[in-house]
Amino acid sequence: MSRDSESEHDPGGFESGAEVGEEYRSMSEDAFDPDLTPMITDDSVVVDVSDVMPELADPEVVAEIVATTREIDTPLGKPLVELRKVTVRFGGLVALDSVTFDINRGEILGLIGPNGAGKTTCFNAMTGVYRPTSGTVGFDGQVLGKLKRNQITRLGIARTFQNIRLFSEMTALENVVVGTDARHRTSVPGALFRVPRHRHEERDAIDRGMALLEFVGIGARATEKSRNLPYGDQRRLEIARALATEPKLLCLDEPAAGFNPAEKAALMDLIRKIRSDGYTVLLIEHDMRLVMGVTDRIVVLEFGKKIAEGLPSEIRDNPSVIAAYLGVPDDATA
Amino acid sequence: MTAPLDSRPRGGVGDGFRLWWNALPRPVQWVFGVPFIALLAALPLLNIPLLTTVGTNFGSVMAQFGMIALIAIGLNVVVGQAGLLDLGYVGFYAVGAYTVALLTSPDSPWNQTGPDGWLSKDWAWLAVLPIAMAITALSGLLLGSPTLRLRGDYLAIVTLGFGEIVRLLADNLEEITGGGRGLSQVAYPRVGVTDQFPLGIFSAGNVGKTLNSGVWWYWVSLFLIIVVLLFVGNLERSRVGRAWVAIREDEDAAEIMGVPTFKFKLWAFVIGASIGGLSGALYAGQVQFVVPTNFNVINSVLFLCAVVLGGQGNKLGVILGAFIIVYLPNFFLGRTEILGIPIDGDSIAEYKYLFFGLALMVLMIFRPQGLIPVRQKLLAYGRQLYVAARRRSEEATTSSGPSTVEVNK
Repeated sequence: MSRDSESEHDPGGFESGAEVGEEYRSMSEDAFDPDLTPMITDDSVVVDVSDVMPELADPEVVAEIVATTREIDTPLGKPLVELRKVTVRFGGLVALDSVTFDINRGEILGLIGPNGAGKTTCFNAMTGVYRPTSGTVGFDGQVLGKLKRNQITRLGIARTFQNIRLFSEMTALENVVVGTDARHRTSVPGALFRVPRHRHEERDAIDRGMALLEFVGIGARATEKSRNLPYGDQRRLEIARALATEPKLLCLDEPAAGFNPAEKAALMDLIRKIRSDGYTVLLIEHDMRLVMGVTDRIVVLEFGKKIAEGLPSEIRDNPSVIAAYLGVPDDATA
Repeated sequence: MTAPLDSRPRGGVGDGFRLWWNALPRPVQWVFGVPFIALLAALPLLNIPLLTTVGTNFGSVMAQFGMIALIAIGLNVVVGQAGLLDLGYVGFYAVGAYTVALLTSPDSPWNQTGPDGWLSKDWAWLAVLPIAMAITALSGLLLGSPTLRLRGDYLAIVTLGFGEIVRLLADNLEEITGGGRGLSQVAYPRVGVTDQFPLGIFSAGNVGKTLNSGVWWYWVSLFLIIVVLLFVGNLERSRVGRAWVAIREDEDAAEIMGVPTFKFKLWAFVIGASIGGLSGALYAGQVQFVVPTNFNVINSVLFLCAVVLGGQGNKLGVILGAFIIVYLPNFFLGRTEILGIPIDGDSIAEYKYLFFGLALMVLMIFRPQGLIPVRQKLLAYGRQLYVAARRRSEEATTSSGPSTVEVNK
């Protein structure tokens, strides 16, 4: 956490994008194992994926299986999500005050702001955890309104959690397969009697689940219980589980929290890989280097209000954003 | 993180056995499984000295075990898999038993075995069995749809109330259920009628030394247990079982991952209820007599005790738990010595609740996961992977010896 606050308050953090990943890598080289091979102790359960599913040895095949196959009505570059004057109140507290912005299909949108600015509330209002007090959330030409949370997920919004919430007693693969189940249609009697559709879906789920684990880079740990996975792998597993629901929009809530620079660089690569596979990504993140490096556009919240929106380069020079993050210097008020 | 502590293989006998068993191909598992089941079935006939009960007939003890085992499997779906604490499960047992009794007992106003009824006297029990299951499932639906919006302790209290309501209804609706007098002469499968057994082998009148009605009922329940286990196993290794475990682990996360949690909780309730109803129907047929006192809340707690003792979520574990719950008190009943050591078996059996309570407390301290902890397999076609993982980890431990990878801490 100290690393987070450090970069937050570091004006140097507002620096340009493309080389940031490189920078992380060079930072990491002396302190960390550069190629990030997972630590293998003799009690961890490791599967050789290419042994079980030889076709997954090719990263391109993996990317193809993972890639979104669902029909999306919104054309590329048009708004996939439309937040219109969304207000969320908790009693007297206005957590989100008339926030309006779009997420375009195919982009990586960053949602940033100081602690308590309403980023996660905004997330929750989109994924149905909270109902907006007023205002609407439109998604792919449909108003979310009173839909249940599981219906919103099946409509195509998947998310990860700020504090990891995996199904800890399940294996990594089982966690991901729960995600793929969102697209399955087997009924309870169907599962009871193992109808052909059930068998077909079960086979597909394992193939796709393994491909997803390979995609995020933890295929070898497929049969390990998720609570036994290292922290970084748990974060990756959350992303894989969210992708398994075949979302049109993937929402990542502080995916880099607690990561070291090397892991952050790998995460940036992963987010880019997800986007190039056809997904739209909404990213909440504190780490400025990461946000500036990976996003196409940024929306800034403070005290529940949107204070800025624009390209990373514009946000970096926006005086109100700098004021929100760094405060107004003492000599200006004195 | 804390991973290394938890992931270290415990290396117990159970784990070794489990690894060996899981690596066997399916047919080989059956080769071992069938004789084992046959041995279980033959237990009451073998008359093994220390195993056989003294005070009560071993056959009827095993029959009782079969019913409680069915209950434990059903309750395990609700409590162990879906994580819904149900303290009123005896209510479903009662609904099942009373459905059979109300439709077949001559004391009941709804008796259908009489001259103008639509049930034949000989096959009434078997015909009513699916009806009993369906009505219990319906009662599960009725109880579940309003109450499953509650969570944890609140759900436990409401279900506790349900169990009591069913018993009190049975006790007070005297015109229908006969109240405290109960319903007698409930139907049972009237097969195997010979000169020796004029009422058939399933009749409570068959009190032979070894092959008595208890043994026959035990075999029926053993058969039903296997069928139910196969079906429940199918559910476990499907999206249904995964949804249940996901709900148990983190209900909100499950909902957000697209699991219709309410629907699957309701299914867990309905399936658990119908298995409880099946067991209740068995009970009504075997005893041929139902009274409200058999469906006390203490029985609910005893059922739950079987599940927790055996290992929540583990189907075989809860069967072991049911065996302990039923067998141990009967083992001590009427026994005055074990291997030459004099004991007062009757009082030990009388204080069974005390001992089960103590056992649970000790278990919670030393083995909170139950006697046979759960290792759920939730994928229908995951075998290949599990086996591959096992082979890899074995290679790692045997070939490399002490860890060759430097652990940077």
